[in-house]
Amino acid sequence: MSLRPFLDVILASLVLGVAIFTITARDLFAAVVGYVAYGLLLAFVWIRLYAPDVALTEAAVGSGVTGVLLITAGKRLGALKDVAPDRQPGLALKLLTGVLAALVASALGAVILMLPDPPPSLAPEAAAAADGPGAGLGNPITAVLMSYRSFDTMLEKIVLILAVVGVWSVGADKAWGDAPAPLRQQKAYAPMVFLAQMLAPVGALIAIHVFWTGANAPGGAFQGGALLAAMWMLTMMARLAQPPRVDAQWLRLALVAGPAVFLISGLAGGVVAGSFFAYPQALAKPIILFIEAFMVLSIAVALPMLVAGPPSERQDQ
Amino acid sequence: MITLLDLFSIAAIGVGTFFFFAGTVGLLRFPDSLTRLHALSKADNVGLGLVALGLIPRADSALSALKLIVIWALVMLSGAATSQLIGRALRRGRK
Repeated sequence: MSLRPFLDVILASLVLGVAIFTITARDLFAAVVGYVAYGLLLAFVWIRLYAPDVALTEAAVGSGVTGVLLITAGKRLGALKDVAPDRQPGLALKLLTGVLAALVASALGAVILMLPDPPPSLAPEAAAAADGPGAGLGNPITAVLMSYRSFDTMLEKIVLILAVVGVWSVGADKAWGDAPAPLRQQKAYAPMVFLAQMLAPVGALIAIHVFWTGANAPGGAFQGGALLAAMWMLTMMARLAQPPRVDAQWLRLALVAGPAVFLISGLAGGVVAGSFFAYPQALAKPIILFIEAFMVLSIAVALPMLVAGPPSERQDQ
Repeated sequence: MITLLDLFSIAAIGVGTFFFFAGTVGLLRFPDSLTRLHALSKADNVGLGLVALGLIPRADSALSALKLIVIWALVMLSGAATSQLIGRALRRGRK
């Protein structure tokens, strides 16, 4: 008898348990820690579902970057706690919230229970497309992302840029164009500096490897970009680097480079290969890697900018 | 047919798992955060090192064996640094 179903059941119950802990945790920090653990466990679930690409993304973005984002957000909320009046919502509001939440949950449950059998799927079409126009890549996931559903992939990066614009726009008028506040307010701390100096070069190398190998094996632009982003955040936390001014030209160019190159290549495909976002068969692989390289750059810049927050006037140093 | 290398793998991974188990027991049972940190770092460094060591003979190629060692080294690096950070935060009295 195989042990695997048994282990899978343990894994699934662990995920459920951590999810319940995360929702019910009273302490903000405990909830964030629960969420990070939940993301890592979910990465294991994806591995068990034979989806290592999704697992890599979940570990890097769902757990790593989102964790940093939530911890920073939690710290800022903690600073606000003294300002906000300590008012409890009334009974009617609590009841209304409960009823609404139950409605949403039951609607979701109903939709899942009423799924047609077999469920509608685009998987066969995507698989065929990965063999056809996206060919030349050994990794069908990358082929589907960059060829079959390239428009979605490009729009995802535009959403990232919009998020950065949204974060920047909540800064004070006077601070506009300035740099975001440093990620850590204290002075440089030796173990942190050591970690950044040792880990950042290795991490950057691994990030490039993950992006490059994504053409043929699990990996890809988003995973590599998220790793690079993490390394930049690490150097900023160690105070080896400062967040750049938000009006710096190189920063804005790097932010839009990914979607811009993607869009231009897509338009060029309309002329050369006959349809929007089509690539000439022989050149598909180099073109896709070229586009992905710029997307890595955009992701690596956008994620730390989300964590760094809006531009603020420097008064801490 | 169990070869000598298989036995080595079983032994190394078994001892590594024991370190993880002991570290987890320490994490749950030790009285304060500094001793819990101590238990956790043993599990991470020695336990993962032994598991990686046990997996090396089972790797497909020399490159994947090397990757296992790199993973262990990276975990040790980040584990040591985060232990320092948590320890400092504890000494300053903020949890």
